[in-house]
Amino acid sequence: MCLAIPGRVIEQFERQGMRMARVQFGGIVREACLEYVPDAQIGQYVLVHVGFAISVVDEEEARRTYELLEQMDQLSELDAPEVDEARAGGKPQ
Amino acid sequence: MKYLDEYRDGKLAQKVVNEIRKVQTRPWVIMEVCGGQTHSIVKHGIDFLLPEGIELVHGPGCPVCVTPLEMIDKAHAIARQQEVIFCSFGDMLRVPGSEGDLFSIKSQGGDVRIVYSPLDCIKIARANPDKMVVFFAIGFETTAPANAMLVWRAHQEGIKNVSVLVSHVLVPPAISFILDSSQNRVQGFLGPGHVCTIVGYSDYEPIAERYHVPIVITGFEPLDLLQGTLMTVRLLEAGRNVVENQYARVLGREGNRAAQKLVEDVFEVSDRKWRGVGNIPASGLQLRSQFREHDAERLFDVGEIDTKEPEICISGQILRGIKKPHDCTAFGTLCTPQNPLGATMVSAEGSCAAYYTYGRHLKKEPELVSIAAPSPGGAA
Repeated sequence: MCLAIPGRVIEQFERQGMRMARVQFGGIVREACLEYVPDAQIGQYVLVHVGFAISVVDEEEARRTYELLEQMDQLSELDAPEVDEARAGGKPQ
Repeated sequence: MKYLDEYRDGKLAQKVVNEIRKVQTRPWVIMEVCGGQTHSIVKHGIDFLLPEGIELVHGPGCPVCVTPLEMIDKAHAIARQQEVIFCSFGDMLRVPGSEGDLFSIKSQGGDVRIVYSPLDCIKIARANPDKMVVFFAIGFETTAPANAMLVWRAHQEGIKNVSVLVSHVLVPPAISFILDSSQNRVQGFLGPGHVCTIVGYSDYEPIAERYHVPIVITGFEPLDLLQGTLMTVRLLEAGRNVVENQYARVLGREGNRAAQKLVEDVFEVSDRKWRGVGNIPASGLQLRSQFREHDAERLFDVGEIDTKEPEICISGQILRGIKKPHDCTAFGTLCTPQNPLGATMVSAEGSCAAYYTYGRHLKKEPELVSIAAPSPGGAA
């Protein structure tokens, strides 16, 4: 029920005094109301819930979270035994 | 899809699980609040990936589940009326009332329609001036701004034939209710990411402090849920009872001010009954009096409604994290998504329905997959 999906704003327009947008979700395009995200721009990703954009996705934060996850466990990877290529044989992975 | 696929990366998931294993020194019970999170956890088997001793219990955050049976019966009584076009989100249509569901009313000639957005009701009302369009306005804080906009627009534009049947609930009073119980097992929370997108998380800070529980506002993708769990375990291990935000790409502490403003203009806080749980003071929203001409409960007198829930159902304890679906003797036998006996089975986001959908009624103990364990050759 509280499902909200990120989609890219591809067009903005006004309908009966309300800020609206066409938002692309993968291969699907649907309308969404932009009244709650007045600063949303074309090209930005918004989080849409029941036809309303409720947040603009912060690309910088998204990248930071992802990088944090990628860096996780790196120290323990250094603990892993080195693979001797000559002895391991076969093609490099 | 961008911002979805990258948060479903299996290799990264394994790294996070390994990190949780390193950080954890003792068992912890953590509750995810939102039904969407429950569904994602069960669908992706996140709870099976977690190290032994980290138990996820499933909270009351499925609005379809906690809508009281008498409210559903009320909706059905209104939907059966000739002059009504009854509009609802799709997930409410299969929820059985005391007699049938909205689909059966539609098959008997009732005008029942599924809408994508509450604003669709304005279009339907304009096209059908001789009918009353009634929208079943259910949901948590996430959905309140959309429902508030419907009422506000109808009011502003003088569209008299739009009304709403309101059954809105709020998360923080439910968390307090769970923590107040002498039977409580929950030690930390994965907070509801989309609810907090609207309201922010400052209201969660006094809860963390008062009840000595860490709360990590968390997203819905597998990596979000694993990272939220890791952050919660870190806080639990450090004894820090604070609120942290895992879902910073979407929300900040203050939430969405524009959405909060309209919700406050249209709704006021009220007591609400939660299915399976009972009355919780100041745990819901109702229309402010200046919008009473759009209040379906006032416009339609459907008389006294008397309901009875099956005694065998333990959904009230499941919603508070005291029990799990497998603790119920009716789970998967007498009670299935086709024939639900109570709150946690009536919607796909209820924990019983999610367990059933992903085959957990077939086997009591899942076979643990070794993906979570570090391999002898080092991390992947």
